[in-house]
Amino acid sequence: MNSWINLHALWEIVVIGLIAGAGLPALFAVGLRALSLPGNRVQPAGADSDQIVGGSPAGIAAAVLCFAVVLAAIGWGIYFIVAGS
Amino acid sequence: MGNDLVLVLVVVTALAFDFTNGFHDTANAMATSIATGALGPRTAVALSGVLNLVGAFLSLSVAATIANGLVDTHLVTLTVVLAGLAGGITWNLLTWLFGIPSSSSHALIGGVVGSTIAAAGGHGVLWHGLVSKVIIPAGLSPIIAGLVAAIGTYLIYRISRNLSEGVRSHGFRIGQIGSASMVSLAHGTNDAQKTMGIITLALIANGTLHSGANAPIWVIVSCALAISIGTYTGGWRVIRTMGKGLVDIESPQGMAAESASAAVILLSSHFGYSLSTTHVATGSILGTGLGKKGAEVRWSVAGRMATAWVFTLPSAGLVGAGAYALAHVIGGTPGVIVDLAILIAVAVTIYLSSRKNTVSHDNVNDDWTGMVTPAEPVAV
Repeated sequence: MNSWINLHALWEIVVIGLIAGAGLPALFAVGLRALSLPGNRVQPAGADSDQIVGGSPAGIAAAVLCFAVVLAAIGWGIYFIVAGS
Repeated sequence: MGNDLVLVLVVVTALAFDFTNGFHDTANAMATSIATGALGPRTAVALSGVLNLVGAFLSLSVAATIANGLVDTHLVTLTVVLAGLAGGITWNLLTWLFGIPSSSSHALIGGVVGSTIAAAGGHGVLWHGLVSKVIIPAGLSPIIAGLVAAIGTYLIYRISRNLSEGVRSHGFRIGQIGSASMVSLAHGTNDAQKTMGIITLALIANGTLHSGANAPIWVIVSCALAISIGTYTGGWRVIRTMGKGLVDIESPQGMAAESASAAVILLSSHFGYSLSTTHVATGSILGTGLGKKGAEVRWSVAGRMATAWVFTLPSAGLVGAGAYALAHVIGGTPGVIVDLAILIAVAVTIYLSSRKNTVSHDNVNDDWTGMVTPAEPVAV
């Protein structure tokens, strides 16, 4: 152990930082993509392309799962900070 | 017991520093959200202010580092603390005038270390604590945050490449509000702590608290309020540099940058590193510029900021040392009051020169023309 740099803390900050700081936004992106999957109903021509919810039930279910994981991770993170002090 | 009048002056000055810390750092959390239009400027600063308030109560490990880990508490007097604060406030106001997002934390630490050296010599500083808890994290944190943000940005664009432009920017704007809120919360847990640590240091120096004590509840509450009000005031100049100057940001990049910042700041707070939220947020914004193909990163702006960072500790230290020397020469309570009078004069001067070309919630998002202050609007 180096007395100037706490390598253990550094390592944890990089790895957990990557999981939380890059992984969660990526998961959010997956959720967004699932949410926008087109459903069975036929889109009328010239449909609003800004529609976030595509209408596919499986897609919506997957999206809800993704967003739930993201929210749970944030909640756990806050709990971890409060409990750690 | 020490001098109660001086103690009161020190506490008020510390809260004033906390206020400048808040408005200097609003940008760290909200600049990207304001730049992409995810939040209106006024809503953004209000949200950030409230979350800073909440965050200030969450964790206290950074306060302990500042109060007990940087300087020898036995050598610190109230005058030393006050001179240190004067250094921190002066640097914060100057960098705000020029729209440079420099680290409030380093300004504070530099000021206190400088005044301690002036008062007691180099042995009054716990150099090991300073290097291992402040300087090394300051060098590493922007790189880590940049790396996380670059990878996050790459993943987000890769995953969402089939989405239409409208869906993507709308969806990520919602995500941005969440991630920016986390940064505000993290800022409260990290930066509000620093002033709590300083006031605790002053109380220890005055003999009100014993060495190694934690921050009392009234200190926590008043610091939380001061930083929150400062945040709400909004340092529009710095927001502009962060949001428009470095990289032209789209909402997916904004979300990636903020998530990276929040993760790195919260994790570091947990380990008691008093790192600079400014350094982290800047690293993240640069990282997100690197992670997206074809994004332009204005390295000249980044270079100017990095230069300011290098000078932050020594400059604030010099002001702190000078303020201590002056107060020491005059001596006692009058010395402290002269210091304060000069500090107020400097603050008013800087404020008045900022009035010549204001940046506010109205023009904060104008196109970047290489200047902090946007071009004069054409009269209609």
